[in-house]
Amino acid sequence: MTGIQKHDQAAMSRPVEGSAGLTGSWRVFVPVVDNEKCNRCGICSLYCPDAVISRDRIIDLAYCKGCGICAHECPKKAIAMIREEK
Amino acid sequence: MKKIVTGNKAIAEAVRDAKPDVVAAYPITPQTEIVETLAEYVSSGQLASQYIAVESEHSAMAACIGASTAGGRTFTATSSQGLLYMHEMTNWAAGARLPIVMANVNRTLAPGWNIWAEHTDAMQERDTGWLQVFVSTVQEAYDTIFMAFRIAEHNKVLLPVMVNLDGFTLSHIMQPVDTIEPGDFIPPIHLPDSVDPKNPKGYGTITGPGDYFRFRWELAHSMRESVSVIEETQSEFAKRFGRTYGLTEEYRCSDADVVVVSLGTLGKEAEVAIDILRDEGIKAGSLRLRWFRPFPELDLAGKEVVVIDRDYSFGFGGVLAHSIRSKNLVKVYSVIAGLGGQEVTYDDIAGFIRNRRIGGESWFGVNDHV
Repeated sequence: MTGIQKHDQAAMSRPVEGSAGLTGSWRVFVPVVDNEKCNRCGICSLYCPDAVISRDRIIDLAYCKGCGICAHECPKKAIAMIREEK
Repeated sequence: MKKIVTGNKAIAEAVRDAKPDVVAAYPITPQTEIVETLAEYVSSGQLASQYIAVESEHSAMAACIGASTAGGRTFTATSSQGLLYMHEMTNWAAGARLPIVMANVNRTLAPGWNIWAEHTDAMQERDTGWLQVFVSTVQEAYDTIFMAFRIAEHNKVLLPVMVNLDGFTLSHIMQPVDTIEPGDFIPPIHLPDSVDPKNPKGYGTITGPGDYFRFRWELAHSMRESVSVIEETQSEFAKRFGRTYGLTEEYRCSDADVVVVSLGTLGKEAEVAIDILRDEGIKAGSLRLRWFRPFPELDLAGKEVVVIDRDYSFGFGGVLAHSIRSKNLVKVYSVIAGLGGQEVTYDDIAGFIRNRRIGGESWFGVNDHV
C-alpha cells in the first residue's frame, strides 16, 4: 500500500497517490475559498501538507483532511473552515 | 611488491586500492591508525574519496549508510565501544541491504577499561545481518579487504561485511605483505536501488506485518547465498593473486583425533601447538574459522573438539563453543582464554588440548583450571 513492490529486497516506498487511502473521509471542517478576497498568491498550496491544493486553488476533497493549515496561513483570510454535514 | 607493515597499515593500503567513494570514521584505539592513514591518503591526493570526519561512530555508520544508499562504495573502521555505539546503525545497514565494508579491530569491552584484544565486541554484532570474517595474519587482513568489497557488492549478497582483526596482536604487529594490483578484481559498484532523482523512493519506509517478514527472509536467503559467492571470490583471488583462502583454515586436521577450533590470531598460535603435540604422539589438528557469519559447515564427526573462545555470553558460555555444539551435535571442551588481551601462548594451547575434559568448560588462568 506504500508502494512496496514484490521484488524489493529492502523496505522502500515510491510516490503513489493516496498511499493511506481516501484521507478526505477523516475531514470535519472543509476549506472554502472566497475568490473575492483571494489574491492568488499560492501560499495555501505551498503550505498544504498533503499537496491537495493546485496552483489554481482547486482543492482535492478526496484527500483533504481538513487540517486548516491553508486557512491559518492565508494572508488575505480568504479561506474559511466550515463544519461539514455528512 | 613485498613490504613490511602493521595490520592497520595493510588494511589502509588495501582500502586505498579498493577505491571507496566515501570513508566516514571516528578514531578509537587500536583502530585509529587505519583511518588516520586513510585521511592522509585523501589529503595527499592518493585516494580520491570523500573523507567525512564525524563526531561519533553512530554518525560514521549513518554517513556510510547515506553514501551507500546514494550508490557509493563505503568504508569505515572501529573497535569495541565504538562498534557498540554503532549498533543501531549496523542493523540498519544490513536491513537496508547496503554493502558497507568495515574493519573492526577486536578490542575488549569496558569495564574495566581495556584496549587489548577480545572478540566479544564482534560477537555482539552476530545477529545483525553482517557477514563476519576473522583474519589471522597481516597478509590475510590485506587480502580479505579486497574480497570483502567484491563479496558485499555482489548482487546475490548486497550485505555489509565486517573484517575482524585482533587488537595489537595483529593491528600493531609488523609482518611481510605481498601487495597486489587489484585491477578489475572488484567490479564497478552497481546497486539496484540507489538514489535516482528521476525515480524517487523513500528508504526504510514503514513496513507492516504483511511485508516485514519477507525482507527478513530475503536477508536470510542472501546470507545463505553468500557462501557460494565467498567461495567463488576466494577461488578467483587464488587464481589471480596466488593466495588461497577457505571458509576455514585447517591444519593437520584430516587424520586428527582431537581438533582445536578458534578464531583470529589464536588460530595461528594453535598451529605451533599442534606441531608440539604431534611430536609427543598426540594426533591433534587446528581448525580456524575464517568466516563466522555465514557460519561454515564443518566436518567434526568422530573427533574430540576443543574450542577456544576469546569471548563470553554470560549465563550461557563461549559463543564459538555454543555455535560448534549446536551446528555439529558434538561434545566440546570449552576453554575461555585471551579475555582482555590475556596472553595465550602456543604452549598454553598445547596444555588445553593435553588436559581436555570433553563436555566441560574452563577459564584459563582461573584457580583450579588448566
